[in-house]
Amino acid sequence: MKKLIILLILVFFAANLFAAGETETETATDEGVNQISFWTFQELHLQFYEDAVIRWNAANPNRQIELVGEVYAYDDMHNKLLIAIQSGVGAPDIVDIEISKFPNFLKGEIRLAEMNEYVNPVKSQFIESRLDIYAKNGKYYGLPFHVGAAVMYYNTEILAAAGVDPYSIDTWDDYVQAGLAVKEATGKPMTTVETTDQWTFWPMICQRDSDFFDAQGNVILDNATNISVLEFLYDMVYKYEIAVPAPDGFHHSEQYWGAMNNGDYASILMPMWYMGRFTDYMTDLSGKMIIMPLPRWEPGGKRSAGMGGTGTVVTTQAANLDLAREFLAFAKLSREGNIKLWELLGFDPPRWDVWSDPALQEPNKFTEFFLNDDLFATLLEIKDEINPVSITAQTPDLTDLIRHTVMFQALQTREKTPEQALTDAANELR
Amino acid sequence: MKNLKSNLNKLNPYIFVLPLIITILVFYLYPVISTIIMSFQNVVPGETEFIGLKNYEKLGNQHFFAAVKNSFIYTIITIAILIPFPLIIAVFLNSDNCPGKKYFRAAFFIPSLVSVVVTGIIIRLSFAASDKSIVNAMIGWIGIPPQSWTVEGPYHAMFLLVLIATWRWTGINIIYFLSGLQNIPKELYEAADIDGANGIQKFLVITLPMLKPIIIFVTTISIFGGFSMFEESYIIWQGNSPNNVGLTMVGYIYRKGFQSGDFGMGSAIGLVLLVIVLSISLIQLRFWGFYKKEK
Repeated sequence: MKKLIILLILVFFAANLFAAGETETETATDEGVNQISFWTFQELHLQFYEDAVIRWNAANPNRQIELVGEVYAYDDMHNKLLIAIQSGVGAPDIVDIEISKFPNFLKGEIRLAEMNEYVNPVKSQFIESRLDIYAKNGKYYGLPFHVGAAVMYYNTEILAAAGVDPYSIDTWDDYVQAGLAVKEATGKPMTTVETTDQWTFWPMICQRDSDFFDAQGNVILDNATNISVLEFLYDMVYKYEIAVPAPDGFHHSEQYWGAMNNGDYASILMPMWYMGRFTDYMTDLSGKMIIMPLPRWEPGGKRSAGMGGTGTVVTTQAANLDLAREFLAFAKLSREGNIKLWELLGFDPPRWDVWSDPALQEPNKFTEFFLNDDLFATLLEIKDEINPVSITAQTPDLTDLIRHTVMFQALQTREKTPEQALTDAANELR
Repeated sequence: MKNLKSNLNKLNPYIFVLPLIITILVFYLYPVISTIIMSFQNVVPGETEFIGLKNYEKLGNQHFFAAVKNSFIYTIITIAILIPFPLIIAVFLNSDNCPGKKYFRAAFFIPSLVSVVVTGIIIRLSFAASDKSIVNAMIGWIGIPPQSWTVEGPYHAMFLLVLIATWRWTGINIIYFLSGLQNIPKELYEAADIDGANGIQKFLVITLPMLKPIIIFVTTISIFGGFSMFEESYIIWQGNSPNNVGLTMVGYIYRKGFQSGDFGMGSAIGLVLLVIVLSISLIQLRFWGFYKKEK
C-alpha cells in the first residue's frame, strides 16, 4: 500500500513538471483592477509606462490598471519573447521590441495585435516613417518611442580653437574643410566612424535617399550611392585624415565615452536619443556641446535621417486585448504621452505637433547640457527631411553583416575596398 | 495479495529510477528529437513547414566556416596548454619538497570560482584599446605600442579567448591531476629509487602511464568544453565580433537562432556540432585504446 502511495506521489510530481510550464494568468483581481504585464530591456521605458498608468487610472476610474513590469537584459528579453511568441505561451501583454529585432516577430503568422484603429486618426500628426517601420502590409503593430533624428553633436570648444563656426557647416564638403582646420589647429580628429556598428553609415546613405533595401525589400546595399558614401567615409579616415575609427569600434563603448569626454574628438554623428549618453557618461562636456542638423550632400539635400528605435507592441496572448491596446495608444499616441517622452526620457517625440508645445521648452537636464537655445526648433527645421527606412525580414541578417564585416573590412583592416565589401555582403543576402 | 506484493517488488527498481528517466526523456531526449526535426524545417510562428535540406545548404557560407575554424583552433590550443601545464604544476604541488603547497593549491583554484562573466569583463577592460588600460600600459614599458586587442585581428582575439580559458581551467585540471597523482602507490616510486631512476625517468615511466585514465578524461571534457565555448566570446564582443574573429560554433547557433530568429538553421548548426564533437571524441578515445578489452 505504501508503495502505491509513493507511486502516486511520483506521478503527481511528474505531472507537476508539465504543469509548471503554464503560468497563471490573472486578469482581474477582486477589486476589479486589471493587471497588465509588460517587458522591456530598458529601465527608463518602464518608468515611462508607470507614469502613464498613473495618468490612465486618474482618467479611467472604472477601468483601473495595475502594471506588472519586468526589466530584462536586451538579449535575454528578446530571446525569451521570441520563444514565447513561437510557442504560444508565456508572452506578456505589452512588450518593447527593438527595431533590429522587430522583423523576427513579423515572420509567419503575426502574433502581435494590430493597432490601426488607434493609429489612423492621429497618423498625420506623426512622423509617419516612424510608424511604418513597425508595420507590415498596411497594419501597424508597434508604436515608436522617438524620431531618432540623426544629428551632429559638435564640441564647440575644439571648433573655437580652430576658428570654426558650426553654423557655417552646411555641406559635407564644408565639414571636411572644418575638419582639416580642426586637425591643423588642434591635431585632433574631427570625428570618429563606427567600424562595428551602423550608426555612421546608415544615416548618411538615408540622407541621400538610399537604404539597405528598396521599398520592395530588394537588397540595394551595393548601389552607387552607398558605395560613394562608404568611399567618402574611407577618405575622411585615410585621405583627409580628419576621422578615426571609433575606439572599440562603436559609439557605445566605455572607451569611446572616455575619449570623447576627454575632448579627443570634435564631433559625432548620432541620433537625438544619444543625448542621454552625453548627460550620463560624458558629463565633462556639459555646456560645450551643440546639436546641429547633419551636413547636406548637395544644396537642398536632406539633413537628417530617422535612426534606431523601439516599438511597443501588444501581443495576441494578452489576457485583455482591448484594454492593453487602448492603454498603449493612450501612453504612446496621445499628445500628453508624447510630451512625457521628452520630459521623462529626453526622446524627440514622434508626434511632431507637440514639438512647439510650451512644455517642451521647460528647462531640464538636456537643455542645460546643450548650448542650443531651442532644441526643438532644430528638429522642426528638419522634420520633412527624414526619409523612412526600409525594414524587411532580412534586416537582422543585413545589420549583422554591416556590423561584423562591411564596415570593419573597409574602414579598419582595409582588406577590401568599400565597393568590394558592400558587393560581397549584398551578394551574400541575394 | 501476496501476488500483488511480489509484483510491486519487481516494480520497485523502476519506480526508483523513474524520476531520472522522466528527467532524461523530458529534458534531453525530447529536445534532441525536436532539434533534429527542426533542422529540416523553416520554423516560424504558425506556419512551420518542412524544407528538406535547405538549412544545411545554407551552412556553406564564410561565417559558418569561420566559426568551425575558430572552434577547432581554440580547442586544439586549449588542449595543448591545459593538459601539460596543469599536469606539471600538479606534480610539483604533489611533491613533498614543494614549499607553500597548500597555499598554491588554493590560489590556483580560486579563478575557477569566479564567474565567467566577471572574468570576461575584467579581461575586456584590462585589454581595452586605450593606452591607459592595464595591459597596454604594461607592454608600453617594454616599448610595444598600444594594441586595440578586441578589434585588432584573429591572433589577438584567439589570444584573449585562450587566456581566459587558461585562467579559468588551470585550477580545475590541477585538481583532477592531483587526485590522480595521489592514487599512485608510493611503493612504485620507492622501487624505482632502489633501481636508481632519476626524477624525469620516474615521471615518464611511472607518473604518466598511471595518469593515463585521468588524461583521457581531461582531454575528453576539454574537447567538449572547447567546442561548446560561447560565454567568453560573448562577453568580450557582445556576440558581435568584427570579421568573425571571436565567432564560435555555439556563438553561430546563438546568432542564427536567436538574433536572426532562424531556429531551423540554428538546429542544423547544432547537429553538425554534435556530429563533429562526437566523432572527434570517439577517434580520440580509440587512439588512447579506450575500447580495447582489458588484458
